[in-house]
Amino acid sequence: MAAPPKTRSWSWRSKAFRGVLYQVLVLGLVVAAAAYLFSNTLENMRVRGIKSGFDFITQPAGFAIGESVVPFDSSESYGKAFLVGLSNTFRVAIAGIVLATVIGTLVGIGRLSRNLLVRSLSGAYVDLLRNVPLLLQLFIWYFVLTEMLPPIEEALHPLPGLFFSKNGLQFPHPLWVPGHWGTLAGFVVGLIGVRGWARWVQARHDATGQAPMFWLPALAIVVLATAVGWLLGGAPTGFDVPEKTEINVVGGGAVTPEFLTVLLGLTIYTAAYIAEVVRAGIQSVPYGQHEASVSLGLSRAKELRLVQLPQALRVIIPPMTNQYLNLTKNSSLAVAVGYPDLVSISNTSLNQTGRAIECIAIVMACYLTLSLLTSALMNWYNRRAAIRER
Amino acid sequence: MSAVVFTPIASRPPPVSAQGPLAWIKRNFFDGWLNSLSTVVTVLVLLWVIPPLFGWSVLHAVFAPDNAACRAAHAHGACWGVVVEKGRLILFGRYPFEEQWRPMAACAILIALLVASCLRPFWKRWLAPLWLIVLAICYVLMRGGVFGLTPVETARWGGFPLTMALSVVSLAVAFPLAILVALGRSSKLPAIRAVCVLYVELIRGVPLISVLFMASFMFPLFMPQGTTIDVLLRVLVGMTLFAAAYLAEVVRGGLQALPKGQVEAAQALGLTYWQTTRKIVLPQALRLVVPAIVNSFISTFKDTSLVTIVSLYDLTGALQLALGDADWRKFFLEGQLFVAAVYFVFCFALSRYSRWVEGYLNTGMRRQ
Repeated sequence: MAAPPKTRSWSWRSKAFRGVLYQVLVLGLVVAAAAYLFSNTLENMRVRGIKSGFDFITQPAGFAIGESVVPFDSSESYGKAFLVGLSNTFRVAIAGIVLATVIGTLVGIGRLSRNLLVRSLSGAYVDLLRNVPLLLQLFIWYFVLTEMLPPIEEALHPLPGLFFSKNGLQFPHPLWVPGHWGTLAGFVVGLIGVRGWARWVQARHDATGQAPMFWLPALAIVVLATAVGWLLGGAPTGFDVPEKTEINVVGGGAVTPEFLTVLLGLTIYTAAYIAEVVRAGIQSVPYGQHEASVSLGLSRAKELRLVQLPQALRVIIPPMTNQYLNLTKNSSLAVAVGYPDLVSISNTSLNQTGRAIECIAIVMACYLTLSLLTSALMNWYNRRAAIRER
Repeated sequence: MSAVVFTPIASRPPPVSAQGPLAWIKRNFFDGWLNSLSTVVTVLVLLWVIPPLFGWSVLHAVFAPDNAACRAAHAHGACWGVVVEKGRLILFGRYPFEEQWRPMAACAILIALLVASCLRPFWKRWLAPLWLIVLAICYVLMRGGVFGLTPVETARWGGFPLTMALSVVSLAVAFPLAILVALGRSSKLPAIRAVCVLYVELIRGVPLISVLFMASFMFPLFMPQGTTIDVLLRVLVGMTLFAAAYLAEVVRGGLQALPKGQVEAAQALGLTYWQTTRKIVLPQALRLVVPAIVNSFISTFKDTSLVTIVSLYDLTGALQLALGDADWRKFFLEGQLFVAAVYFVFCFALSRYSRWVEGYLNTGMRRQ
């Protein structure tokens, strides 16, 4: 029996036609709304005499920035000011990510501890910190760090070389001498060495089925190479240690109370979320996996390293990255305590130049780029880490 | 021959080391050297932290709104008197003092409805219109101008009612929008999907604060010449757009979790797309994500604190306002802890509710 002839009738009620119609309607609406807003904006800007365009980027900024990684002078351009703001955002975000990961992991493991005290304290930490707005926490930290600490003349001195006062934290830091290039070169050589070591381990595993321990030797390679580089560079040991005078503390490295506030607030807040991520990750590995590794005769260390951790990490890493991204986005609250991050610089520029659209667009573009890059990275990771099913 | 009757001997009690208070203590505090070490270290830390904290917050604290006593106790005792003295300013912001029963009443109604919405007997069709009516009543109460109520412009709204209103209204408006966007994002029509993906990713990629700055600086430029929109409304639009993007992802999670067979069965029955969506897909998908929606509400509630930065006086902002005068400036921390406690009570209760409702809704699923 022949197949019935395909009917290719076109009708107003066909699904395909309605699909096209809906799409045209939605696109038309979106475009119309955008055009309406755009024409309004142009009209408003013409009437109010607001100039537009990104030409202000090259003009001198005319404001100083309290703290920056690279020196900034008020006669430099707005563009540079934005870069300084971005670097400040990254500075606090990276430090926050490292600290929050450490604290969060500890608390997350603590929540699963067999010890009742540790378990309930970790639980209380998570509940308390997650249920109070970050902004309020930042205000509290800022008040504590700027009002309740002693003035700089009576700075707290918990460890030799450390001074803690209303003016922030002063700490010793190594003096930069050309010899440190040797240390740096040694570190890089060490990293290359680790790559070689990783290849050798993989090759040996492929050839013999034995898996030599990877991490300890890798760490040793980096440390050794760095130490050798440091020795070859002339073993510089100069430290700039802050010293206390009658009325001040001079020298050394220093961070402002604003930086400390943002760092502390972001770290402690995000750590509570990371703790939950870690806990969920650990709990996601089924108990059968433990039983299976015991029956295979794996030692506890090997079980953790080869069975539990790889499976837990697959669950942990995507939400963890999300938390890192959240921390970076939340660092924008720095504007509330006066830490000169990207948003705060953009706000100052906005008030000085009146280019609202441009300044906000720059901020949004920066964060958006970061988010999209991260999610691209995550998609790549997920594809790589996905369990390969039949 | 007599039958041997089997008489079991009574089972022996478990060893002393496995039950009773001693065993409980051993299991929870001294089970292995690591566990014992944790106990010792934790107890030492607690001994170091708790007594001074207790002394500061209770023993040496001043509970009366007495500025002189507070100043005298400043270094070693808390001044909870600041909460008594400034409480109404913190809770209601710049709302006219003698009219403050109005925001109080509005809050009471809102909270009552919120609690009611959390309970199973109230999950009825009339709940949505009821919300609309209550929101309207609250608006009239707060804004005034009718029924002999003195008008109070929105710029003077503040404190807890503002926090409450911002979070409830932005979420209520965001919810239908989020459902549409989530449906659009999982639609087969490429143009609609692209628009929804663009919206969601754009909003989720930027911090809320930049959306709020956009709302307060750029929205006035978007409007036709001569129209001015209220700051509160602008911020509300910003918060709604922000919340909707996150909520859309939550709803999409529910849509994806729904077995494909449900839609196929609906199509086989001859239901149209909208019938399928309304009667088959959404009821099941939304049910799956109720806990996640509650969590969204918690984060929106916390996020409202950001409106302080664009100079609206919500709970966080009203605190800055209330403790602005020189006499009480020193006792900021006590005020902040009070506000933190208000947020905590609200958010913690909701998060516990979210956990309960998760278990409650799962019962049907667990049956198979």
